[in-house]
Amino acid sequence: MKYLPTIGLEIHVQLKTRSKIFCGCPNEPGGEPNTHVCPVCLGYPGTLPNVNGEAIRLTVLTGLMIGCRINPYSKFDRKNYFYPDMPKNYQISQYDKPLCLGGSVEIEVEGRKKAVGITRIHLEEDVGKSMHFGSSSGVDFNRAGAPLMEIVTEPDIETPEEAQAFLLALRQILLYGGVSDCNLEQGNLRCDVNCSVRPEGQSELGTKIEIKNMNTFKGVFHALKHELPRQEEVLRSGGAIRQETRRWDDEKGVTEAMRSKEYAHDYRYFPEPDLMPVVLPPETVEQWRATLPELPAKRRDRLVTEYGLPDYDAGVLVADKAVADFFEETARASGNPKAASNWVMTDVLRCLGEKQTELKDAKLTSVSLAGLIRLVDQKVINVPTARELFSELFEKGGDPTELVKTKGLAQVSDTGALEAYADEAIAENPGPVADYRAGKKPALQFLVGQIMKKSRGKANPRMVQELLQRKLGGA
Amino acid sequence: MTDTFRDDASRLDVRYVAHLARLHLSDEEAAVFQPQLEQVLGYVRELGALDVEGVEPTAHAFPVQNVFRDDEVRPGLDHEAAMKNAPQERQGQFIVPKIIE
Amino acid sequence: MAGLSNLTLHETADRLARGECTSEDLVRDLVAAIEQRDGKVGAYVWVNVEDALARAREADAARLGGDRRPLLGIPLAVKDVLNVKDQPCACGSRILKGYVSPYDATAIARLREQGAVFLGRTNMDEFAMGSTTENSALGVTRNPWDLARVPGGSSGGSAAAVAAGEALAALGTDTGGSVRQPASFCGCVGLKPSYGRVSRFGLTAYASSLDQIGPMTRDVRDAAMLLQAMAGRDPRDSSSVEIPVPDYSASLRNDLNGMKLGLPREYFIAGTDPEVERAVRAAVEQCRALGAEFVEISLPHTPYAIATYYVVATAEASANLARFDGVRYGARVEGEDPIDMYGKTRAAGFGREVKRRIILGTYVLSSGYYDAYYLRAQKVRTLIRGDFEKAFAGCDAILTPVVPTPAYRIGEKADDPLQMYLGDIFTVTANLAGICGLSVPCGFAGAGLPVGLQILGPAFKEENILRVGYAYEQSTEWHLRKPNLES
Repeated sequence: MKYLPTIGLEIHVQLKTRSKIFCGCPNEPGGEPNTHVCPVCLGYPGTLPNVNGEAIRLTVLTGLMIGCRINPYSKFDRKNYFYPDMPKNYQISQYDKPLCLGGSVEIEVEGRKKAVGITRIHLEEDVGKSMHFGSSSGVDFNRAGAPLMEIVTEPDIETPEEAQAFLLALRQILLYGGVSDCNLEQGNLRCDVNCSVRPEGQSELGTKIEIKNMNTFKGVFHALKHELPRQEEVLRSGGAIRQETRRWDDEKGVTEAMRSKEYAHDYRYFPEPDLMPVVLPPETVEQWRATLPELPAKRRDRLVTEYGLPDYDAGVLVADKAVADFFEETARASGNPKAASNWVMTDVLRCLGEKQTELKDAKLTSVSLAGLIRLVDQKVINVPTARELFSELFEKGGDPTELVKTKGLAQVSDTGALEAYADEAIAENPGPVADYRAGKKPALQFLVGQIMKKSRGKANPRMVQELLQRKLGGA
Repeated sequence: MTDTFRDDASRLDVRYVAHLARLHLSDEEAAVFQPQLEQVLGYVRELGALDVEGVEPTAHAFPVQNVFRDDEVRPGLDHEAAMKNAPQERQGQFIVPKIIE
Repeated sequence: MAGLSNLTLHETADRLARGECTSEDLVRDLVAAIEQRDGKVGAYVWVNVEDALARAREADAARLGGDRRPLLGIPLAVKDVLNVKDQPCACGSRILKGYVSPYDATAIARLREQGAVFLGRTNMDEFAMGSTTENSALGVTRNPWDLARVPGGSSGGSAAAVAAGEALAALGTDTGGSVRQPASFCGCVGLKPSYGRVSRFGLTAYASSLDQIGPMTRDVRDAAMLLQAMAGRDPRDSSSVEIPVPDYSASLRNDLNGMKLGLPREYFIAGTDPEVERAVRAAVEQCRALGAEFVEISLPHTPYAIATYYVVATAEASANLARFDGVRYGARVEGEDPIDMYGKTRAAGFGREVKRRIILGTYVLSSGYYDAYYLRAQKVRTLIRGDFEKAFAGCDAILTPVVPTPAYRIGEKADDPLQMYLGDIFTVTANLAGICGLSVPCGFAGAGLPVGLQILGPAFKEENILRVGYAYEQSTEWHLRKPNLES
């Protein structure tokens, strides 16, 4: 019998704000333990939360980017449960009136396009981090109160591949919006997975298993690759799935049932009396909408039509907003989009990969790359020289025109000088000259090479070739 | 419609609710609290006599909306001050009995 | 002793300004009064003489340098629930043993800016839950008028300190009557501001949607003076409201001409002590004589107020008190794992009334019961607010008793929670509706137990109730009487 999986995701996104969601502590979860804390985020007696407006804006911006409805009335609630990493033993979250509702994200797996529905987006506070010593645990509250946006999908995802594609597409959108750094290593993006399987033909969904807290997309992928067959196996052997929370063990490559924290989950949500409802005026939402960036899918289409790029190339370029921005700046400044795309897709991405760095940290600017492209187009330098210069520009930066001048790298296009080199080469290499005249065409390349050598690489190769053909007769 | 009272006051299981609230009760306390709280709940159930159909709930005494803070970093507690009240501390962290996941 | 400890704040400020005494004299007189009487009364749980003296001397020096701030060098007593930097804040509980606050509550910071000195901390019912101050883990407070009786609560220590001449004025907090009721029991003035008038930042929360900080003083002018210093929007409290703060002293006049006062029939009921009712009725006649016009009004949902209050307040409290877990501050009892540690720490750290209210509050929010208890109570709260809105459309303030009886005997209502709760009938409505209320002395019952008159006003109309309270008080002498603690 065939089994059909149903997958839904809950993604926690750490928002890129300067300060925490409810206090003025820096939103920098790293650092020495308990150094970015204050009475508010430590849950001290008498303290009160105070909403960071930027966290509201970034959440609404995300909603607008993925086509959500912005809830005309939204509020905060207390979610009650005890845990050592939670300072107040309730988490300020949003229960029945989240900031955003509905929406979808388009994904493409093996050429098949599909929209994954979004149920809601709400805002909440992050908890601290615990660390385990021998017989005790330690808690660091630097992360407590970091603004966390939770995106909940509809159970529209059907394969581990789709789950991964969704996460990649979502990450791209969040990066485009500048909403989060989406740094997986730093836990900026964490994911809970809900999944179930059901026999084909059964319309009712199977029993749901929750897999907690994965912080890599690969982890989500592998956990599903393991968990779905596990569930199928249980059903196939006549067993039943028990609703439970499991944890993905990356090293062992298996999911394991978690030891339950309490025998009943009863979060006793109720409206947060310390915070006022959020009733955003439509003008404010429209103002924010006007600041939305062009999203990757749209940009890809535009790059194809505006710059005449192949669809594949456009896709590579838009994958990273910074790269796409860099390409467009270079294309405009150089007036040669094709060359700009070639340079960015090959040399720029290769260097970034080799150096394990990002464009914002590289010395290379779009202005200098455009300069380099123009120098080639104007035949001031040839392509091999340009490649050499590129490495230097990438490493140290600088003005390519200046570099060409100070290093004397300009191509020799002066016919007089080239003629002298050609005459010398003809005189010194009677054998190849005879071969060429006898119809052996490759001999010409040898002679071209000799002239390039004499010019120390600066001769314009096409001019040299034309010159030799003219001098030796025949074409 | 769950907006009605259940008849059965003894549905209050003092021990279970105390556990939700992370409160160990002695047998004596449980025995004292059970009838006291049932009595209070019995009194509270008089609210059931009122017709509240269509009445909006009040969560805040005074209606205000959209109270936000600017996204600015402000000084908090230095590390020493943050740990000063800690019942147990080690390596700059608040120590608790081992957390089991 | 120069007898400074029985002055009002405004008299003290005048004497300081005229150079007739110094702040240091004041602190020394108050400390002497505390040493002499607090063994009997038990108003304070903590006094810092050295720090208060140092700050008083600083204030005296500043005054010589021309500093004219109204509260400069004036010592105040603070209920143990408010955070004052570098002071303990035990909230009458064992669970906050050892806790030292790293910050000032906004109300404290504002008084400090005006030059006030924080001499000591007063006893209270644990986490402000109670009406007698008997629920304190830190000792017994007695009513200065009759040491066998309670001072009321939860701000019983503050009321007792003011009544006993151990403080010029004190701060209390009022969630269901905790400023007004002890003021009534101890014969002082207690003001509960409208919800949102004074910042709650730094007030250890009992019920967040009901709590307010209020002054407890010897007369109405002092209450106005302290409110003036504390009131106004605070960016650290989202529920504090951006409504301009008027000059309250300008509303204090000796007549009530043109004032329309309401008498709610639901507050003059069987069960009220006849002497209490007689005193309040006499106060009504006095106000009429001062020029007020009276209208009978109805607040029909009053019979549901206690039930509503105990659902809303305990629900919020169950969450507010979850933070006391032995992890970051306060007392801890070790356990095998965190859950065990929480259970033991909270079992040992909280007293019975707090445990009862946490259980009640947890229950009314729990799955399956939320709609029937919590949501319904929130809806009834809307009806109670509506009652007052309608009533205030036809009057400027409402007069009622504060409590149905004078002060209880110590132990009289212990372990009968429902009977204790029912005593809050006249005070909880103001908190549920978010309006302001004032308690002023209006007579004595029985063997010399003070009785208070409650004056309720519309939200953010403190000037109305201060005006009524002041005119009434100035035409009587109840507030001038002092208990005899010398015997």
